[in-house]
Amino acid sequence: MPDVRDIAFEWKRSQDQGRAEPAHHPVVIVGAGPVGLVAALDLAAKGHRAVIIERKGNLSDGSRAICWAKRTLEIMDRLGIGQLLIDKGVTWKNGKVFFDTKQVFAFDLLPESGHRMPAFVNLQQYYFEHFCVEAAAKTGLIDIRWREEAQGIEPTADGVLLTVGTPEGSYRLLADWAIAADGARSKVRQLMDLPFEGRIFEDQFLICDIRMRLDRPAERWFWFDPPFNRGRSALLHKQADACWRLDFQVGREADRDEEVKPENAARRVRGMLGENLDFTFDWISLYRFQSRRLKQFRHGRVLFAGDAAHQMSPFGARGGNSGVQDADNLAWKLDLVLRGIAPEKLLDSFHEERAAAADENLLHTTRSTDFIAPKNEMSRTFRDGALALAESEPFARRLINSGRLSTPTCYDTSSLNGPDEFRPGEAAAVRPGAAALDAPLENGWLLHQTGGGFTGLWLSPQRSMPSEVAASTAALAEARTPVSFVEETEHATRVRYGAEHGPAFYLLRPDQHIAARWRSFSMAAVQQAVARATAANTARQ
Amino acid sequence: MPLQRENNMPDGDALYAEIIDAHTGLSMEDSAALNARLVLLLVNHIGDRAIVQEALAAARASLSGRT
Repeated sequence: MPDVRDIAFEWKRSQDQGRAEPAHHPVVIVGAGPVGLVAALDLAAKGHRAVIIERKGNLSDGSRAICWAKRTLEIMDRLGIGQLLIDKGVTWKNGKVFFDTKQVFAFDLLPESGHRMPAFVNLQQYYFEHFCVEAAAKTGLIDIRWREEAQGIEPTADGVLLTVGTPEGSYRLLADWAIAADGARSKVRQLMDLPFEGRIFEDQFLICDIRMRLDRPAERWFWFDPPFNRGRSALLHKQADACWRLDFQVGREADRDEEVKPENAARRVRGMLGENLDFTFDWISLYRFQSRRLKQFRHGRVLFAGDAAHQMSPFGARGGNSGVQDADNLAWKLDLVLRGIAPEKLLDSFHEERAAAADENLLHTTRSTDFIAPKNEMSRTFRDGALALAESEPFARRLINSGRLSTPTCYDTSSLNGPDEFRPGEAAAVRPGAAALDAPLENGWLLHQTGGGFTGLWLSPQRSMPSEVAASTAALAEARTPVSFVEETEHATRVRYGAEHGPAFYLLRPDQHIAARWRSFSMAAVQQAVARATAANTARQ
Repeated sequence: MPLQRENNMPDGDALYAEIIDAHTGLSMEDSAALNARLVLLLVNHIGDRAIVQEALAAARASLSGRT
């Protein structure tokens, strides 16, 4: 594959430019990064057109986001790109943590089998975007306008009027809905003058992506206070094309211009991996980070997703992954609203659920950062104490925080959740609000047979559905919000879903999060839960 | 009952963060004083000499291995 970073996307004058009246589009997305592209692909999968405005004329210049978590891979699999990411990327699930020169801890992120997708795939962001752009072209529904930028945004009675800048002047677009997926420095957020407040971290980190031949397993290695970066931390990760991500904490005082000089960065690389190392640089970048989010992700007809809505430290790979999960949460809701099936207020739940997810991710990444870069001397004393104890004391290993790696948020308090007939604590991993766990079916994978629309999952040791369930399937499949059916007797799946000894019925949303679950089946209860999950009925049950 | 050496904290990250936050704004001297008080409170709560002795030995052993 030629270097996809060399692909230049030319500006093409749109037919919308130069018209007397602004052209109308149902959905305009600002930003062709992972989040904007996934939102467009998911909408296209549901039959909707989208225009994407992108300032640049190329893919991500650096590798940036590299760790794609299992839930993100499942979403991408639903959109038809999962296998491409696996084939091109580096699958991994194990990590090691070192303190000084000793290994203190090793972990396995997916110890159980029976999942279609691995715990993680490492792949440079430009490849992720490349596959999305190619898939977008195939839909025939996505119009990416490269080298154009949002210059103005004003709400109208039932839409958004955007002013778009191009190499040849500007033009206007009237969108029913706008998705701001234009990153941490979101232009849309600035144009709307929305405060983006939070905590700024002083410590600086140096990323070196290098190409080298290194015979080493694909594992995440993290060092606290290693001899080659005394008093600080370092991280090593494998990416596609024999590319390795090295990340060095360089401190508050480090001189930006000096650090990014290849000869200085090379000294750090050789310090970590050996004086005689044969390598070339792919990308050098110095960064500081912030933890902050918008108060509201929905502003009328403008919806903020990804870094435009929330920004966090990279430890735990929660930025890119939570952004893709924002898009996953948004697309099905916007679909139902665009088709007039659900009321607009369903989109309030996008903020409700994803702001809660952002808070969870911000909490984890902030704690990781405080552990990795202690903010005072006593904090460092505790940190080093935990690291030292971890060698002999198993409990202390659980405290070592080199990044809590991205897992999907369970929307525990969501207003869309319906009843849970399970006992407290029973099959808690698949309680209402949680993303459905994959499981092997007699014929394929659970997550392949769900998603896109609502799905009812009937789990039972018995071979055939009870007649009252079977009799309801046709009616539910033809409802205004259709519910398809999956019937499963596979033991491993029933165990994962707490239906080992008796039947269970799960209702899954189009994003494969669990809306409700019962021990028995009632058509009226399912209809009520669907209404609730689409904000058609917000009365408490 | 011997000293619990396996993880016994339902949300260790949160508890750890609470300890660290309790030290915010304190000098090292005050932080050490806070730690002493905290140890005494927890030792009283445990109230089992053998367990405290085992913990003391483990902590001392970890400290002596320091480079």
